[in-house]
Order: sequence, then C-alpha cells, then structure tokens
Amino acid sequence: MNVVVCVKQVPDPNSVGQLDPSTHNLRREGVEVVLDPGDEFGIEAGLQLAEAHSGKVTVVSMGPEKGLDAIRKALAMGAAKGVLISDPSLAGADALTTAKVLAAAIRREGFDLVITATESTDGYTGVVPQAVAEYLGVPAVTFAKAVESDGSNLKVRRQTEAGYDNVEATLPAVVSVTAGVNEPRYPSLKGIMAAKSKPVDRLTVADLGLDGLSAGQTIVSVQAAEQRTAGEVIEDDGTAAHRLVEFLAAKKVI
Amino acid sequence: MPLDRVWVFAEVLDGQPITPALELLTRARSLGSTVEAVCLSPEAEAAAPALGAHGATTVYAGTDPAYADLLLGGPGADALAALAGQHSPDLILFPTTYASRDVAGRLAAKLDVPVISNALDVGVDDGITVESSIFGASQMVSTRFEGAPPALVLIRPKSFAAEPSGGGDPAIVAVDVPIADQHRSARVVERVVDKATGPKLEEAPIVISGGRGLGDPKNFALLDQLAELVGGAVGASRAVVDAGWVPYAMQVGQTGKTVKPTVYIAVGISGAMQHTVGMKGAKNIVAINKDAEAPIFKLADLGIVGDGLKVVGQVIEELRNRQG
Repeated sequence: MNVVVCVKQVPDPNSVGQLDPSTHNLRREGVEVVLDPGDEFGIEAGLQLAEAHSGKVTVVSMGPEKGLDAIRKALAMGAAKGVLISDPSLAGADALTTAKVLAAAIRREGFDLVITATESTDGYTGVVPQAVAEYLGVPAVTFAKAVESDGSNLKVRRQTEAGYDNVEATLPAVVSVTAGVNEPRYPSLKGIMAAKSKPVDRLTVADLGLDGLSAGQTIVSVQAAEQRTAGEVIEDDGTAAHRLVEFLAAKKVI
Repeated sequence: MPLDRVWVFAEVLDGQPITPALELLTRARSLGSTVEAVCLSPEAEAAAPALGAHGATTVYAGTDPAYADLLLGGPGADALAALAGQHSPDLILFPTTYASRDVAGRLAAKLDVPVISNALDVGVDDGITVESSIFGASQMVSTRFEGAPPALVLIRPKSFAAEPSGGGDPAIVAVDVPIADQHRSARVVERVVDKATGPKLEEAPIVISGGRGLGDPKNFALLDQLAELVGGAVGASRAVVDAGWVPYAMQVGQTGKTVKPTVYIAVGISGAMQHTVGMKGAKNIVAINKDAEAPIFKLADLGIVGDGLKVVGQVIEELRNRQG
C-alpha cells in the first residue's frame, strides 16, 4: 500500500503567530518552527497502515527550506521518502494553490491512500484535504477519529457535529485525521540515524509542470483584533464560590 | 451596490435547515438583491419553508435519497458547480460545519475559484471583502476576492443572529444533477448521535467548560452537576478532548464549537488561543485556575485563582442551599 502523508512546518503553536502588516505573509523570522503537531497523527496513521499491508509512507510538504526539518522528523518516525516543494512563487500561497501543488506532487509519487491532518495549526483554512481529493478525483473521508483498512477498503469513524458516522470507502482515497486518532510514536535513535540517508526529492513549481498559479484573493489589511480587557482577579480565600454565585445572580442567569 | 445573486448552502438535520444556514441567509439579505438557498437532502422540500422565512426566494432542492447515505463533499460540489454554471451566483456562503467544509473545498478546486475560511463577516463595496480572524483571533484580516465569480466563503457559526425576513414559501427548483459513481465509493453505513441531556452547548445561557486542570476525566461529573442546577451545558478544551476524556462534540474552540452564552465559566483551562477563539464572544467570562499567570485571566471578567474543583463544589452547595 502506497501511503502519502502531507505535512507542514508551522510556527510553534505555543508562540503567537503573526502576519507581517506590510507583506501580509507569515512572519517567520525569530519564530521557532516545528512539524505541525496535528501532522504527527497523520504520519502515525500512515505508518500503522503501511506496516500492516507491506506498504511504505512518503511524506510530501510544501514550504520554505526549513520544511526539511518536518520531513526529517517524519522520516525518523519511519517514513521511507520525502518530497519538499519549495518555490519563491509559493510565498503566501492560499489553500487552493497549496492543494494544487500537493496534488501534483502526490500524483507524481503514486498513491493508494493520502493522509492529512484536518487543518494546519497556523493557517486553519481546513479545506486543503478536500481540494486535494478533488484534484486527484477520489473521495475525501474527512475528520477521521479512527481508521482501519484491509488493504483495499477503508473503515473510518468520522466526526460529526452530533456524534460520529461510520463510513466505508474503497481505495484510492484521501483521509483527514483528527488529533487524538492514535498515539504518535517518538522517533528512535536508530530512526533518526536512518532518516539521514533516506531520499528527499526537492522540487519547484516548474518541476511539477504547474504554471500560472494565482491566488484569486488578496489580503488588503491586517489589524490587531479587539481584545477583551481583564476584569477583577481574586485569590480564593474560601469566599470565591460565594462571589461567583453573586456574579451569576447579577447577570441574571440563576 | 449589492450583488445580484447570493447563495447559501443549507444542510438539513431532522427535516429542518441547520441554524448556521439561517444565520447566513439573514446576513445574505443585506448583500444581494436575490438570495437563494441550495439544499441537498431527501428532506430538502420539508426544509424549504424555513429557508424562505429567512429570506431565500428560491430553494434549489436536490432530493436524491442517496444524499442521506453519502459524504456530501463530492456530490455537493458537483451539484453546486452545475447550478452555478446555470445561474451565475456572485457569492456562495457556507457555514463552517464538517459537511459544508467538504463541499466548499471540493467546489473551489472544481471551479478554480478561491475559498476563504474562518470568516466572521462579508462586505460588499466595489468588490467582495471577507473579514476573518487568524492566530486564535489575535489578528483580523481583510481579504478581497479577485477574478471570476463565484466567491466562496466559509463563515463561522454564530457570526450573526438568525432573524426571520417575513418572507413566504420559496419557489422550489429541482436539482437533477446525477450523483457520479466515483462519489458512491464512500458510504455512511451508520450515524451515531452522542447522547446529550440538557440544553445544547451552542444555545445554553451558561456554559461550564473543563480543561486539564480538572486533573481527571471523572471530575467532569461535578461540572455536569453544576450545569444541571443552572440549566447550563458543559464544554471542554481541546486538550481534554484529544486526551479522550470527553467526546469531541463538547469541544469549544477553533476546531470545535463557537459559543456565546451570557456567562462562560472556564474551569482548569489555561486559555490557549485554540480555545479562546470559540468563547471570547461570551457576554461574561469567569475563569477558575490554580495558575495566576494563566492567559485565560486576561479575558475574564471575574478571575478566581484557586482550585476549580473546590470552588465548583462550593458553588453547587450554595446553590442547593438557596434553592432549599
């Protein structure tokens, strides 16, 4: 089974990301970047399925040079190969352009199953997996809380607003997995050493035969959002519960 | 100048349009001269009067029974692409739900037009501009659509209140776009509804949410008790949902639900941006946390530095005494 997992290098979610007010692109200077924590679940899901069905995992990422670190981490976890698409023309790419580029790279590798996170932890557009599936002409089984496969079919427990759906699908397909779908493994020392000699293809937009990528949308302004102001903060000296009850009464909810 | 034609993609649940679709119709009335809804469900016709009452003059209704058993993304995008080709809408609004995200994402790729997510509002002047929040709502971004219509926008639920327009029953136009075989290869074989008691999280006047600071999944029972006493609902942070303590349906935040109750009580939640984006619209916020430095205190109207379990336990006791 050929599994392709899409990954992204993102600003450390524990730091506050920012768009540069002049370029409207993500500020990357002085910001720690990490493999998107959501992607670790996708890599783990891919590795488990590949191990069960004598397949391999290829990780595909679009982004600047630094994205290599994210790919290396996936390789250290057990993926066989990496593909990094870097191109100055992709700075500030929107969801649709990202999907177009990823789909072209995935098609070049060949796939039975594509796994992604449900959204990136920086952009949060949450539509790239679906757009990739459309470009590849396969179903997108999104928001998976659990994924099983016999090698040619999928059983997915899919998150819904009300609970979950049990979905069955045939491969090839795209699956997006939610955080918590599994327990991502830590790269072993052996894995980290082995990752150094695993192949990583470095591609540009031209290598994928794509041109004329235009966003169709322009950011016209970036502003700080209105923030709430902090109210009173009290130390609980045994009377805080009473204060809270009074607060609820004052707001007329009890 | 308003747009000629604005569409709202309306999912149906139990024979009625979902509330976020009615919110979008309400907003669409001030954006376009003609407001219409697209509804793909065996129950589309049953849902049409409510869509009309919120401003849709026409409902494009796809009633193929297969819509109930398939993932909506593929067939939904096909139907919308065909309809858009016939009727040329300027703007299509989608609520940020799982199914509508699937439809909007595929439709963008199919039509090669951009889609903007996480929107809080849409404005029309000499073009279409979308207001969205990024990075846990720390920054607001205005994005303008360029190029050919339709513009596709995914709007977070509760960005507007749903208000009836006084409109009558809409015209119903049958959608006869066939469902392609490739979309039949993914089927919903069972729909499971998480059991919930009390008011819905999105509608409750008081929401009490728990996070890691509760220490143990069992301690959510205490929040349930308080919710029952005050007619509230219980929510949760992503951290405890990811850890499997409580179902995803309870998650409040960027990837969960958006709530705007009269009072929001965060118990043992540090206040990561992922969470605050889903609750900062509450009228009043109370935070209880052991860590005086927790970012949640920056947006709390009443902050209590202390043991959440102890405080909630005492609140329950006092409320019970009051109620005699």
